[in-house]
Amino acid sequence: MSNHAAAGGHASEDHHPTWTTYWKVALFLTLITVVEVWAYYIPSFVNSSYFVPSLLIMSGVKFYTVVAYYMHLKYDHKLFRALFSGPLAIAALTLIGLLFLFSKLAIKIGLLS
Amino acid sequence: MSASTSSPTAPHSESHAHGGGHYTSLGLDNRKIAIWTFIGSECMLFASLISTYMIYKGRSPEGPFPHETWTNPMTGQVFKPILNIPVTSASTFVLLMSSLAMVLALAAVQNKGQPVKPGLWNKMLASSKLWLWATALLGITFLGCQAYEFTSFIHEGLTIRTNLFGSSFFTLTGFHGAHVTAGVLWLFTLLAIDYKRGLGPGDALLVDICALYWHFVDVVWIAIFTLVYLIQ
Repeated sequence: MSNHAAAGGHASEDHHPTWTTYWKVALFLTLITVVEVWAYYIPSFVNSSYFVPSLLIMSGVKFYTVVAYYMHLKYDHKLFRALFSGPLAIAALTLIGLLFLFSKLAIKIGLLS
Repeated sequence: MSASTSSPTAPHSESHAHGGGHYTSLGLDNRKIAIWTFIGSECMLFASLISTYMIYKGRSPEGPFPHETWTNPMTGQVFKPILNIPVTSASTFVLLMSSLAMVLALAAVQNKGQPVKPGLWNKMLASSKLWLWATALLGITFLGCQAYEFTSFIHEGLTIRTNLFGSSFFTLTGFHGAHVTAGVLWLFTLLAIDYKRGLGPGDALLVDICALYWHFVDVVWIAIFTLVYLIQ
């Protein structure tokens, strides 16, 4: 079994985050949330083309941070990573596909009336 | 963090994990594989709900609307933008802090039995009950904020039947709230076990599985907060 553990990509005990790491992660997540909300209250930024991409990037960073550190997927077996990232990719592609299908672009190119 | 729960040291012939689980041929506990598979399926469920919300966004002929003022042409009544960003920002912070409390609860269970360094802070860090209570109470606070939000929306004239925005919004956030409620109940079952016989390192997987579910609920809210509340 120990061979399995070594060959299977199991986490090493040395890589366990400590509570100080957890506090730093919490502080980081809070700061990003503050920046997100702060950006929401700047009308010139909201009306700019940078608003939506920047919010999506900040949200993505928060998502990754929670999954990697709090759900400890960064340190975990690759099968768990596959079980999560596979359906997540399908879900993301479905969402993007549906948004494309029902967007104004779809109306413009004649997919929708 | 999870290595102790996912890489058993027992030989293959002893295929039963602690607490009645089974190790697979990969040396992974079947319950942990099950929770990750469940979380993967939940990703697709919430993606469908978020897609529905976003497709219908801006397609309601009648208000109230999330970010815009609307005047009812029949009555002349003016409806302000309905989303309450300060309250939702606070509830987002509460849910993020509940995730912190959850990882500290798991760490406390995994390290139980080890000598605790002197000092109040170290004693607090070693208390699984404290962090499980903190997680559950923060979850209940989040649900309270959601109940306040739903109630105020209904008072302002937005129900699940009012328009496309109301239908998709209440369905999406209601499903998420139901998941948080299930998570809080799960946390209370762990607390009951902790009070009855105490949670120790042998029970770490039980807490780990609950923690994975709780963090997943948190990441779903991270997506909802940005896509539903902040992007106009």
